[in-house]
Amino acid sequence: MDTQEYTIKQISVFSENRPGRLAAIAHALEEEKINIFAFSIAEAKGFGVVRALVDKPDLAYKKLTELGFMVSFTNVIAVRMRDEPGGLSDIARIIGDASINIEYAYAYSGRDAAVLILRVDHVEDAIRSIRAAGGDLIRAEMFT
Amino acid sequence: MVRAWDPRIESMPKDELEKLQYRLLKTLVYRLYSFSPFYCRRMKESGVHPDDIRELGDVAKLPFMVKSDLRDNYPDGIFTASRDELVRYHVSSGTTGKPTVVGYTAHDLENWTTSLARALTSVGLGRGDVVQVSYGYGLFTGGLGLHYGAERIGATVVPTSVGNTERQIELMQDLQVTAIACTPSYLLHIGEVAEKMGVSIKNDTQLKMGILGAEPWSEQMRKRMEETMGIAAYDIYGTSELSGPMFTECTEQQGIHIWGDLALTEIVDPQTGERLEPGERGELVFTILQKEALPMIRYRTGDITMMDDAVCACGRTHPRIARLSGRVDDMLIIRGINVFPSQVEHVLMSIPEMGEHFMIVVDRKGSLDTMLVQVEVSREAFSDKITDLMNIRAKVVHALRSILNVNVDVELVEPGSLPRFEGKAKRVVDKRVI
Ligand SMILES: [Zn+2]
Repeated sequence: MDTQEYTIKQISVFSENRPGRLAAIAHALEEEKINIFAFSIAEAKGFGVVRALVDKPDLAYKKLTELGFMVSFTNVIAVRMRDEPGGLSDIARIIGDASINIEYAYAYSGRDAAVLILRVDHVEDAIRSIRAAGGDLIRAEMFT
Repeated sequence: MVRAWDPRIESMPKDELEKLQYRLLKTLVYRLYSFSPFYCRRMKESGVHPDDIRELGDVAKLPFMVKSDLRDNYPDGIFTASRDELVRYHVSSGTTGKPTVVGYTAHDLENWTTSLARALTSVGLGRGDVVQVSYGYGLFTGGLGLHYGAERIGATVVPTSVGNTERQIELMQDLQVTAIACTPSYLLHIGEVAEKMGVSIKNDTQLKMGILGAEPWSEQMRKRMEETMGIAAYDIYGTSELSGPMFTECTEQQGIHIWGDLALTEIVDPQTGERLEPGERGELVFTILQKEALPMIRYRTGDITMMDDAVCACGRTHPRIARLSGRVDDMLIIRGINVFPSQVEHVLMSIPEMGEHFMIVVDRKGSLDTMLVQVEVSREAFSDKITDLMNIRAKVVHALRSILNVNVDVELVEPGSLPRFEGKAKRVVDKRVI
């Protein structure tokens, strides 16, 4: 199985917790007409990391770096959930059974389904075991 | 010795050098006692007469001079040359209070230039080298000092001064610059701007050397610049009161050679003024042995360092001083403990995930001092896992606390968000109202 087609390139941006930083990121992406599919903010003492799935990650990387932001790419995977009660617990069971170690996760509700985005420590193994357990992974091409 | 500007002086046996220093000191003291009202009064006040100087160590009987002596006698109250003998003035920016003025006779300029000619030769520069002088030209001594020193050894000077960094980088490439003289923070800035321009200092220029000083920097900073830029970085020392930048390390990079025939070096306890032994850290005190217009006897530089008296591996016999570890007056007292900004820098540079830029914010909450260190994370170390960043932060907190013995808070900030300094770096904000 080609795990490549399920590996999604997420951009991560370091941001201080001060007013206007998030707006600056959003504005920069808007200026370049970059679509944001999913989005999360993780916060710690004084700083945070903004993570986003966008349609043009390379352009987003370039634009934000030019503005002085510290940006990196991270490979993540996206699992489709049934958009109804119990959707998350199905996925959680699959992940648990496959003993996949999750670094972090965030969800968004798309047009057709709810999606759980995962950063795991071994992307290829995770893709194989989730697919084997009947999980519905979204192809990277859906995010372009 | 591989190559020296003046091998006879530079490798003079120690006992001969000390004899020479003693003779120069004795002459200087007699001259000042007889002809300078200021020095005569000073010596009388402290009960010392030129006849009391019977050996080199007797220099310790003479009273100290401090920066305020120059300020109080602004502009030229203690000059010992008449106005028509002067060929130049330099003026140091008075960060606090009045500026200080230094005058030079032709002979003073000659000694200054000679001092740098020896120093620049000792790092391997000479004919065929192209030296970009990116110290400020003008009232500040850095630009003109290095300018004449480099010309003297037959190198070609590009007098760029400070600023217009993109143009500096273009010239560095176009004129095949081999050495740059500037502040370490300005060289870092040049590195950053070059990167933005798509120029690699290491691969796209002929630069092989940096002569860096006028502000404190660290050994780790040196290693980092040497690796990323593919250069050898040498420390240079001098203050306007001495003439300007005068002394550098040699290629051994084991301390800055202080030419003993020009300056007599002492290290003293900043609190008591007592002389310290080689290897002990304290305040650097200079007696300038051959200056005509503005002699300095036991001038307290305010710089903290230590002396190494041993003959250097390069063969030079003149004593060396270690990299400065701070200023007596930069010393912060946090909850009764002495902290030097240079110690913070030292710690940060030893942590690879940290960038070069930081700020120290000192404040007081109730009756307790607080110290916050803001530091930029290096781009390579950026992880999108919060726990990784938290771990980096914890590592910095731990390292700072164990070195400084003070409770320090650390804030990770975005790259490029802290102030950049083109002159002397001012990395401390003290908000305490006492
Ligand atoms: Zn040496």
